[in-house]
Amino acid sequence: MVVEAPSLVKPEMDQRQVLLSIQDLHVWYELRRFGFGIVGYVRAVDKVSFDLHRGEAIAVVGESGCGKSTLMKTILGLVKPRQGKVIFEGKDIAQADAATLKWYRSQVGYIQQDPYGALPPFMSVRRILEEPLVIAGVKSREERTDRIHRVMEEVKLYPVEDFLGKFPHMLSGGQQQRVVIARAMILNPKLIVADEPVSMLDASVRVEILKLLRGLQESHNLSFIYITHDLSTVKYFSERIFVMYAGKLVEQSPIGELLQNPLHPYTHALLSATSDPDARNALSFREVPPGEPPSLVKPPPGCRFHPRCAQMIQGLCEVEEPPEFMPLPDHRVACWLHKEP
Amino acid sequence: MSGSNSILLRVENLIMHFATTRGPVQAVDGVDFELGVNRAVVILGESGCGKSSLAKAILRLLPRNIAKYSGRIYLHDRDVMQLSDEEFRQNIRWVEMSLVPQAAMNALNPVLRVGDQVAEPAIIHMGMSKAEAMEAARTMFQRVGVAEDFLTRYPFELSGGMRQRVALAMALVTLPSLVILDEPTSALDLLTQANIFNTLKRIKKELGTSFILITHDIATSSELADDVAVMYAGQIVETGEAKDFFPDPLHPYSKMLMASVPRLRADQDPQFITGQPPSLISPPSGCRFAERCPARFEKCSEEPPVIERDGRKVRCWLYA
Repeated sequence: MVVEAPSLVKPEMDQRQVLLSIQDLHVWYELRRFGFGIVGYVRAVDKVSFDLHRGEAIAVVGESGCGKSTLMKTILGLVKPRQGKVIFEGKDIAQADAATLKWYRSQVGYIQQDPYGALPPFMSVRRILEEPLVIAGVKSREERTDRIHRVMEEVKLYPVEDFLGKFPHMLSGGQQQRVVIARAMILNPKLIVADEPVSMLDASVRVEILKLLRGLQESHNLSFIYITHDLSTVKYFSERIFVMYAGKLVEQSPIGELLQNPLHPYTHALLSATSDPDARNALSFREVPPGEPPSLVKPPPGCRFHPRCAQMIQGLCEVEEPPEFMPLPDHRVACWLHKEP
Repeated sequence: MSGSNSILLRVENLIMHFATTRGPVQAVDGVDFELGVNRAVVILGESGCGKSSLAKAILRLLPRNIAKYSGRIYLHDRDVMQLSDEEFRQNIRWVEMSLVPQAAMNALNPVLRVGDQVAEPAIIHMGMSKAEAMEAARTMFQRVGVAEDFLTRYPFELSGGMRQRVALAMALVTLPSLVILDEPTSALDLLTQANIFNTLKRIKKELGTSFILITHDIATSSELADDVAVMYAGQIVETGEAKDFFPDPLHPYSKMLMASVPRLRADQDPQFITGQPPSLISPPSGCRFAERCPARFEKCSEEPPVIERDGRKVRCWLYA
């Protein structure tokens, strides 16, 4: 396609090095029945491709069951894809041997959703933070202590000495999440994957943690994958946004552009269902598409959103799967409404 | 909470303390508020501020370790605190007021059909026959947007949003005048959440039900709220109509809480509140928010009075 309009993307972004490249990723879970072998598949991630640049923060948005957590697990190397590649610094993680995986895990930090569940209750903060260093082969005790102190100061858990001996249940939710962040950061990773890092926290603490993460991302030039269902926090955090629905990537765009001009009807629905605190909200009904996301075992043919879509084109949307179109520079959408003429 | 409507519920100096080995936890400590007929009040607050305890205190669902339970709760001008537990159970709970508990979608009995579970309160509290109660359940399923053939299904066959609707149907089947919703949508997806709030709005309009909505999700709460009450450390620090509160909260805590909400349609940088809420075992004397308050002054070491101002109430020395 011919692009005449001025690019909305900062020029340096294109030149940035690709850190992680997801290519044609399919992650299907087998459904087994006793005596019958495999009877079907849950197509949790179906044909997803994208690139993540060094130092770039992206957000993956979608409802539960859309495949965002499976995508994350595949990126972390916890789930093997059925087809496709996860390429990190030129190495395919999906096919990697144990030694490569060990190296990879020191390059990628993971921030869990529920901090209390993510921290072992019987380990002190010091042990929680020391373990990754031991596994990574940091032999010197002084160096380990030094690195623990440095990372704790970075996540603002000070005075450090007060926290080292504490156990997770002695910390508040915000402090627990800081420990989780410190643990993800301690091996100086290049990529951080954060799965709903603030959804379990109170409103006032939520913003504090988001700002902390944003600060770390900028100061360490980290690549960041922020997985969430909360669109209102996304714009404070990421440069690009990816919208997933029923295992498919339906739209991707720079964040400001997507909030101004959502192209996919599903993205539109997500935005219009997000409230801002305003007393006028109580006076009217919200426009919400009917129904619920489809089963991933037998997804609907054609576009997976068509049964709920008000703008469905008869004879096209329920028959043929929409490919990815790029109606605006750097703004991709898998929807027949935006077919190039 | 002025409004032209008559008053359905008036809570005066409600106190509920829990006994622990370290001393009584003052979870609800002198709460006053009013709720009009066919209105919805949202109780906003952070976790641990006592908002779920307030719901339990209103419904007299007391835990075993209760240390102190007192105050007055007027429902239709009748002081229900004077009733015995048995009278309260028979005539008030579920008949006049019902509860959709937190994580209600996981509170359904897994081995009973959802239709039977929804019909049960109607049989027990309204004295309906099984057939009448099933009919009432069927009607209520339609109202909350669950297809009738789901009556004979089991909870595991339903999605989270559907189970939440079933829990709502169960609370509504006796046609109570007040329904307390404790975090009704916090575990649900965005679109499901918006759908359920649409349903709640419709029910409020069609059945004339009043709601107490307990949540920490400020943005979503504005979907239903006529009135707002902000709770901090076991006390209500501000009450007022939603149309006054959301654009212009009065109490410093309310102001900071509102400033912490990330907004989709406005470009303001959300702010956080430093520090932590005080312990409810030994709350500070004077204003409980003083330690974290940017506007504190000498007066704040004394218990702040409740100031009335244009139909709004605020517990803060700044307005004295």
